[in-house]
Amino acid sequence: MSKESVIQKKPFAVTLDVGTSLLNKTGSWRTNRPVYVDRLPPCNNACPAGENIQAWLFEAEEGNYEAAWRKIMEENPFPSVMGRVCYQPCETACNRVKLDESVGINSVERFLGDQASKYDWKIAAGEPTGKRVIVVGAGPGGLAAAYHLRRFGHEVTVFESASKAGGMLRWGIPKYRLPREKLNVEIDRIEEMGVEIRLDTPVDDLKAAMEEGGFDAAFLAVGAHTPKSLDIPISGNIPVIEGINLLRDVELEQTRYLKGRVVVYGGGNTAMDVARTAKRLTGFTPRVIVRRARERMAAHDFEVHEALEEVVDIFNLRTIKEIRGNTFVLEKMVPDDSGRPLPTGQFEEIEGDVLVMALGQESELGMLRSLPGIEVKWGVVTVNAGMMTGHPGIFAGGDMVPSERTVTTAIGHGKKAARNIDAWLRGESYKTDTKHQIVTYDMLNTWYYSDAPRTIRPTLEVIRRQSGFAEVIGDLNEENALFEARRCMSCGNCFECDNCYGICPDNAITKLGPGHRFEFKYDYCKGCGMCATECPCGAIEVVPEEI
Amino acid sequence: MPQLPESKQKVKFYQTGTFTVGNRLLEQDQRTVQATIDRSNSLDSGHRACQGCGEALGARFAIDAAMRATNNQLIAANATGCLEVFTTPYPETAWSIPWIHSLFGNAAAVASGIAAALKVKGRNDVRVIAQGGDGGTTDIGFGCLSGTFDRNDDVLYICYNNQAYMNTGVQRSSATPAAARTATTQPVGDEPGNVFNTGKSVPLVAIAHQIPYVATASVHDLHDLELKVTRAMQIRGARYIEIFVPCPLGWGSLPGDTIKIARYAVECGMYPLLEGEYGEITAVTKIRRRVSVADYLKLQRRFAHVFKPGNAHQLEQLQAIADRNIRRFDLISREGDI
Amino acid sequence: MLKQIEGSQAVAQAVALSRPEVISAYPITPQTHIVEDLGMMVKSGELSPCEFLLVESEFGALSACIGSSAAGARSYTATSSQGMLFMMEAVYNASGMGLPIVMTVGNRAIGAPINIWNDWSDSMSARDAGWIQLFVETNQEAVDVHIQAFKLAEELSMPVMVCMDGFILTHSYSQVDIPSQELVDRYLPPFQPRQVLDPSAPVSMGAMVGPEAFTEVRYLAHHKQREALKLITEQSAEFAELIGRDSGGLLKEYDSAGKETVVVTMGSVIGTMKEVLAGMREEGHSIGALTVRSFRPFPIEALQEALKDARRVIVFEKSLAVGMGGILANDIRMATRGLNLEVHSVIGGLGGRPITRANLRRMFEKGLNDQLNRIHFHDMRMDVVNRELEREKAQRLSGSAAENILSDVGMVAAAKTI
Repeated sequence: MSKESVIQKKPFAVTLDVGTSLLNKTGSWRTNRPVYVDRLPPCNNACPAGENIQAWLFEAEEGNYEAAWRKIMEENPFPSVMGRVCYQPCETACNRVKLDESVGINSVERFLGDQASKYDWKIAAGEPTGKRVIVVGAGPGGLAAAYHLRRFGHEVTVFESASKAGGMLRWGIPKYRLPREKLNVEIDRIEEMGVEIRLDTPVDDLKAAMEEGGFDAAFLAVGAHTPKSLDIPISGNIPVIEGINLLRDVELEQTRYLKGRVVVYGGGNTAMDVARTAKRLTGFTPRVIVRRARERMAAHDFEVHEALEEVVDIFNLRTIKEIRGNTFVLEKMVPDDSGRPLPTGQFEEIEGDVLVMALGQESELGMLRSLPGIEVKWGVVTVNAGMMTGHPGIFAGGDMVPSERTVTTAIGHGKKAARNIDAWLRGESYKTDTKHQIVTYDMLNTWYYSDAPRTIRPTLEVIRRQSGFAEVIGDLNEENALFEARRCMSCGNCFECDNCYGICPDNAITKLGPGHRFEFKYDYCKGCGMCATECPCGAIEVVPEEI
Repeated sequence: MPQLPESKQKVKFYQTGTFTVGNRLLEQDQRTVQATIDRSNSLDSGHRACQGCGEALGARFAIDAAMRATNNQLIAANATGCLEVFTTPYPETAWSIPWIHSLFGNAAAVASGIAAALKVKGRNDVRVIAQGGDGGTTDIGFGCLSGTFDRNDDVLYICYNNQAYMNTGVQRSSATPAAARTATTQPVGDEPGNVFNTGKSVPLVAIAHQIPYVATASVHDLHDLELKVTRAMQIRGARYIEIFVPCPLGWGSLPGDTIKIARYAVECGMYPLLEGEYGEITAVTKIRRRVSVADYLKLQRRFAHVFKPGNAHQLEQLQAIADRNIRRFDLISREGDI
Repeated sequence: MLKQIEGSQAVAQAVALSRPEVISAYPITPQTHIVEDLGMMVKSGELSPCEFLLVESEFGALSACIGSSAAGARSYTATSSQGMLFMMEAVYNASGMGLPIVMTVGNRAIGAPINIWNDWSDSMSARDAGWIQLFVETNQEAVDVHIQAFKLAEELSMPVMVCMDGFILTHSYSQVDIPSQELVDRYLPPFQPRQVLDPSAPVSMGAMVGPEAFTEVRYLAHHKQREALKLITEQSAEFAELIGRDSGGLLKEYDSAGKETVVVTMGSVIGTMKEVLAGMREEGHSIGALTVRSFRPFPIEALQEALKDARRVIVFEKSLAVGMGGILANDIRMATRGLNLEVHSVIGGLGGRPITRANLRRMFEKGLNDQLNRIHFHDMRMDVVNRELEREKAQRLSGSAAENILSDVGMVAAAKTI
């Protein structure tokens, strides 16, 4: 029978028409209101380069590698390099650590970077602005700044005193950690955007250089290449080599002077690199003398770990008191309450043939002399929050400003400086977004994430690493990279799992379709908060209703 | 055997696999009905269930899945109870499907009658569901339910089990668990709460009727639930699905914890997820991340007394019940048998 | 076609001619033969298409009909006695939802003490349930009224009980004319439900209705029943015209017009009465009778008209509202308020107590002589009652009254000797 006749004849009150409950706006029951939020994933928060890691993993999860790569490139032009040399603070911060193991962010980044070179993905320069910016130093910070400035459409010239671009990436990081073709391809890509790099061109006087070239602003990132010195009484003629120079000589393949039992002095990353290089070149087990305790060493944990794996002897809580012939006199130290090592007056002796000093480097800042207003303190240049020095239009970053001296930090400085330079050139000031709440593990509902142990990166056999400079850490293949990306829990950012939409007992959520997330129907939402409890990634917050 | 959700496979990995409602990384057909924009919303907004009602949720889950499975050719008969009261107070109904409420104890028989009418009219395309709470199913509706099973009428009966008579103010039913506080099993005396060694498992009773399909499901595992409803709709004859639906009001739990509690009930072994066919248990859903019974109980005030001094034996007994379930139904995967 | 058959069989055939689509059946004496016959007809294919459900209880029986009727199928069941009580919740429900189910009630007493024989206690218990209740006198009328009942129910969207005396009609063989299928089809059109569970036009049936509309719902049911009075008359007339037999209707007069004394009753007992009354009229007494065919709705206006000239009404009924008296009598008193007549309530035939010409005659004579109390228990053994009352007075704990009475009448002793 027809619909009409049924409706007309149905009994009063006992039989009801469908859809009528929509008249009952149960939203009025609510005392708490769920809201969608984008919280700050801990990985993003930890990234010195300010990468939006969760966002690019989100793309990678779907196999949109180019989109993922482009997301990285919005913040950092060196994914391939990052995937090899970054010390991965993101992974340390990753909430997944508490579930099983952290997401292998670094390996995915490396995969994406290598995909870019494999498929020759490019980044376009921005619309020309007519402004010119000088960058001093073609290290990671300088190149990052140049890259971002170019994307803004400025003309950029990079002055580099060395014969090749790359800075510490080239001179300070051994090939086995960063194959040079990987570095070159990312530098080449920046050059292809129209960034001019003038090699073997040191800047002695910045003011003069700017006037001569008609530059509107400058970014300085000369790094720290001058080894710090320490006086050790040495009797005899044992060779003493600066670690940073040794690494450069390795790059230049001029290391025949390195023979016998190498003693490395220092506990930073350079010391580890030197020791591992020495192991490869000499065949002897290098000895590393470190003033601080193991857990307080400046080197990143993974670097120490890899060094120990390759059999390097590390002597913690020791200083070199003096060297007599081939005898190194070490003084034992003890940490005080705050962990600071104190001398004990107890000594021991070891034998060695070469001393490599790896106690850190200082910046060479002579070119700033002609510019007023620039403050140099403790050997580094003071900058404001926008990376600008005391002299308007002169910005600085990387190892030459007060900060953690890492490649990733320098790249972050480059980006930050570029954004501020861009704003400054337009007569504005760069505004950063307000920082969202950081997602902690307890904000997540991890039951929903599939059990997935971290993909073990295919590491080369330890024995193979000891005799050459082949890359130590292997690549993820696509399957593994996808797997690894999908381990991301998308902390604090909706990944459209449909949970809220599905589990609302009041059907009070509208699904807006792929990429558009969801919307609450506050007319019906009773405020039970189940959506927030069951949101796997903590992207829903429940706030008291305004009455 | 029903096909395993892909998340239970070892090789492929899709972030949340099939644990979330949807997952953009999965093929469309591997996502749930609830993940779709065009789901039928058989039970629509504006109903008057309490905040965080597990039954409202379970009902939409199940009926929407059945609607999908039957190409929207579905009629439901509903027992008296919360589900009926909160969905159809004159002048508003929250149901968008043809739906009838008759009495507390006769949903199965009404559904049998509907099925008979459809059969005689040659409408084999239209399918029938009867539904009710545990009181309307395991107690007052038990006779009619058994009759429908006995005749193997083409009816899927869905029991939304919230373990007491909630509509009348939380009184004990034969589905109320041991030690639980209800209005008629108060936490007083030597054995506070519901008496141990009472009650019945209607799913097992249903299996004993040798009907084609019986399953238990929970609102926390939507894929599993939809799989079971879908499977049930692929079968002719009498079928029974019991869905575990926490009741914030009756259990004294937070409205936002409804699904979490359901998850814990299953993951601690208190509420085993089973499937049975023709008199035999044919499948169990394994516990994924086991929790203790105490973890489950702590979220509910109806069990608050078991944590009080002098009642430790109750907690032990309850854990023993869960342990027995785990043994009896083999709820924990042995190595290598994921 | 004229057939010499059992009442139940006749009813089964009438129901089958009405083309029911769903029949639910649960055994209870004395309606059992009806559904047995129907079951055989469905199983043999004689009655097709039809689904025959063997349910687990009367509650299930009527509940299944609620479902099938709501789904648009013509639905039928039958019950008696305890079965009626067991399904009572569904009885009210079916009418509340306006589902045009037809149910035969093989009238039988209700226990305790358990008793399988005829009286009207069962259908009387559903008096206020909102069903139409039609009482039949003969098996022929049972046949005819069942066919009418489907038409009536479906026209009104209201369930109908056809009440026939258990055993007296259900189990008696008589000559019955079974109409042809063709005639029945002409009389009874296919079921056109007023509301139906249909996925193409979904509705929610059986809503919860609160104080804001409950009165109106109830009034509308009442109004519909009052409307039914007209419809019953019309459909009975239509039936008479088509099939040629005057069956059903609101009431039937047996020489009651203008009589000083009118006996009012229902069901089959009139068969015995009318012979007695005919004899008494021949003797010059001004006495006639009428039977109420439609107990619900109660034909107040028709009764007022029929009884307008009477001075005395003797209401004979096989039902008792304990603590009150006759149920039918009470309704007659209400219906005849304002008329100048004395209404005597006679309760008889309870639990199958035989009603004979002789004991009826004695009772009528008492009535004519103004010797009937307002409530009179027909053919009751006062000696037994008095002995029990004495005994109760003597010893406060006197055991089961029922057993004592059985003992008094010799039944226990007889049973013990077997």
